[in-house]
Amino acid sequence: MARLTRPRRALSTNPLKSSAPLGAAMAYLGIEGAVPLFHGAQGCTAFAMVHMVRHFKEAIPLQTTAMNEVSTILGGPDQIEEAIANIRKRAHPRFIGIASTALTETRGEDVPGELREILARRKDFGDLKVVYASTPDFEGAIEDGWAAAVTAIVEALVPERDPAHSETVARQVNVLPSANVTPAEIEEIDRLIRAFDLTPIFLPDLSTALDGHLAEDWSGRSLGGTRLDAIPAMAKSAATFAIGESMQGAARLLGQRGHMEVQVFPSLTGLRAVDSFVHALMALAGTADAPDAIKRDRARLQDAMLDAHFQTGGLRYAIAADPDLAYALSSALAGMGAEAVAVVTTSGANPIVELIPAEEAVLGDLGDLEAGARKGEASLLISHAHGRHAAQALGLPLVRAGFPINDRLGAQDICRVGYRGTRAFLFEVANAVLAHPHAARPEDFGAAPIDPEFDHDRPQTAPH
Amino acid sequence: MSDALKQTVQEAFNEPGCATNRAKSAEARKKGCAKPLTPGAAAGGCAFDGAMITLQPIVDVAHLVHAPLACGGNSWDNRGSASSGSMLYKTGFTTDLSELDIVMGKGEKKLYAAIREIVEKHAPPAVFVYATCVTSMIGDDIAAVCKAATEAFGTPAIPVDVPGYAGSKNLGCKLAGEMMYRHVIGTIEPERSTECDINIIGDYNLNGELWQIKPLLDRLGIRILGSLAADARYRQVAVMHRARVTMLVCSHALIGLARKMEETWGIPFFEGSFYGISDTSESLRTMCRMLVERGAPADLIDRCEALIAEEEAKARAALAPYRPRVEGRRVLLYTGGHKSWSVVSALQELGIEVVGTSVRKATENDKARVVQIMGDETHMYENMAPKEMYATLKAAKADILMSGARSQFVALKARTPWIDVNQEKHEPYAGYMGMVDLVRAIDRSVNNPVWEDVRRPAPWDDPRPATGLRLATQADPAPGPVNDPKEFEDC
Repeated sequence: MARLTRPRRALSTNPLKSSAPLGAAMAYLGIEGAVPLFHGAQGCTAFAMVHMVRHFKEAIPLQTTAMNEVSTILGGPDQIEEAIANIRKRAHPRFIGIASTALTETRGEDVPGELREILARRKDFGDLKVVYASTPDFEGAIEDGWAAAVTAIVEALVPERDPAHSETVARQVNVLPSANVTPAEIEEIDRLIRAFDLTPIFLPDLSTALDGHLAEDWSGRSLGGTRLDAIPAMAKSAATFAIGESMQGAARLLGQRGHMEVQVFPSLTGLRAVDSFVHALMALAGTADAPDAIKRDRARLQDAMLDAHFQTGGLRYAIAADPDLAYALSSALAGMGAEAVAVVTTSGANPIVELIPAEEAVLGDLGDLEAGARKGEASLLISHAHGRHAAQALGLPLVRAGFPINDRLGAQDICRVGYRGTRAFLFEVANAVLAHPHAARPEDFGAAPIDPEFDHDRPQTAPH
Repeated sequence: MSDALKQTVQEAFNEPGCATNRAKSAEARKKGCAKPLTPGAAAGGCAFDGAMITLQPIVDVAHLVHAPLACGGNSWDNRGSASSGSMLYKTGFTTDLSELDIVMGKGEKKLYAAIREIVEKHAPPAVFVYATCVTSMIGDDIAAVCKAATEAFGTPAIPVDVPGYAGSKNLGCKLAGEMMYRHVIGTIEPERSTECDINIIGDYNLNGELWQIKPLLDRLGIRILGSLAADARYRQVAVMHRARVTMLVCSHALIGLARKMEETWGIPFFEGSFYGISDTSESLRTMCRMLVERGAPADLIDRCEALIAEEEAKARAALAPYRPRVEGRRVLLYTGGHKSWSVVSALQELGIEVVGTSVRKATENDKARVVQIMGDETHMYENMAPKEMYATLKAAKADILMSGARSQFVALKARTPWIDVNQEKHEPYAGYMGMVDLVRAIDRSVNNPVWEDVRRPAPWDDPRPATGLRLATQADPAPGPVNDPKEFEDC
């Protein structure tokens, strides 16, 4: 179980983190008809937008309050009001999610108060839901910003259910996925839940928004996501499931609003993790059995575990990822006999870090990943796309996980949750190992080379 | 089968170097040592397969399979013999005969052209041409084609006339040795000779096993002159007649070749093994003693003993940390021949219990060694049907199966750890360092948490009530609605 350490140094080399506002913007994009809005300078927004564009290969309708020197000094409420008005005019959103940035937080603004005033004054904004989350760049990472945005949405849009006067919808369940859950993974979780005849409401839902589909029209808003009318309806669900420890807070708040049970699943990757999720679904559905398709998926995962354990057993690897993702992948691999020789993560706010199966988790950067992998003699790296530099320097395979994956296509299709997703993940890791075979050489064993007199002196075909 | 081939097969069976054969009556000897194959219950490789296994590790030779696709196409690039030089042996060459080639009798012409293409494109030191059932049956004379090609292209084309239907894989190994004896060995003289030149026969350098041994030989000043066929060059096969001693590594099939080399060139041979600590030491001792008998400096024996003492101590020290991790584990060994006992003593030394060892393909000698090491015969068995093996493992009568790839899935499906100790394995386990690697592999396998996980009951088989979620509205889980499988989509 990992001890979180913070290296004492001034310099960050090859950052691992993406910033909190970016996480908030990504969460807002999982709401129907949304335009996320950064309260900050133009550049903050441009960088985050390009980052997401390159990861999802989609146009990202991220907007900015475009703070300039004067408005930064005098205060930004006018900028916010003007931004909302302009976005309304140009994109006709139904939802605007505002995320603060380091700039506005450093100045210190009472955005919630100002926002209340703006919305009270501007009756023409009445058709619009506006949510604000405080996400300074200098605190936490993508996971924290995402969680803050979801908490803000629950806070603003889910009313408290009166248990005396309104019934729960018995087979409806809320699911709050954390920032690392991909669109394909939401689909897989959705499938698992529906297999037990339960109906999930995902908040947010990237599976319809950033799954990569060709829309019929140019909207300038999010392309799908959680329906706005489904959000208040979450108060009536029978239970709330959080996927990832970082969603604990949002899930608790939602549980209070709806007076319902809350369960946090720190991971849905790995046989045990999925088993416990299925257990919960069976309990909620009131059944002691599971559909054949789920049973088959589990049996196939078991078989995949046996096939892959030859590669994962004794595998030494290094991982750099946000806490929930680092925990999910490393705990699944620990169950397969692999050893995390270096763990680097991004946020100290998430207690799951302590449960990562490693001696130490460094709150650090990709420089730490490279150094740790070298020191621990890792033979595989797991990290987002920027990990490729460390992989190249060390001559190791890289399994891409997290955000951003901007040097490959299909980041939205990566699915490592559920029985099927775990199976795919184990094959992915095993294949990465197999793709870097070590051809035995005499010198590996300290054997002298063969007497040159035996070698055929004519040219030979090149090794392949 | 041609008369010449029949004659060759007959001779191969009548092997005076083989103790089993000597013990037989004249009548039984004539029948040969291959058990008749039972249609519907045979699973072993054919003679062509055996020939290929024996010769393909000669790394700079082009191995050309004269056949319709299956023989070469379904078998090339499937073995882990390692090369320190040329990779030509990994290239799959076949004449890929078509229906028209066969019907119109174009096989020989195509073969001749194929040899030319190989020589022009790859310039190997030799081309080995493998006959197969179909080309043998339609009467392609590969010996004549090879002769013509050798003359025309100036590169030896060696006929390996061992079609699959000639018999078993084991027979194929024997015949491959015979082909080398007839066509290759003795065709080149080495540039220099030393008093410590040896031949190694029957090691295939799987994943570098030869190289786990070679440092020991290097330190003793022993040179591997000839090799069939671990990391071998063509020249090393051609100069085998000039070695002082031949070591036959775990190979009964090639004993005929070793005997013929002794008769023709006076090279004595011994059978040894590099699996296990004591076997490795014993092989080194024998090798040095025989070399000294043939004129090597007498101090070789003392140097050998010093090396053995040092290496054994090193290996034991390296093994010690694993002892607590593997002690008391029960191993079922399903390999056969020599390995039915050679690994046993090494495992026992680590406190591993060997609950059974198969004596397939084992000689009487091997069986006697099993009894000697394990106390009695109760742990010795011949064959075990997959079903029976599955039941044994499932009943947890063994913690780990060590076998070849064929029984891999029997073990895995019984949720039992499995270690590959046969030719398809991915790790080298030879010599002192190989033993440490083997025990490390056992540790890694039996102590992998995956076994506990795959044996866990599924949520729907778990008698315990579901934990974690207790809903106020559902104090007692109500019987659930029927789950509609139509809801599922396989994405």
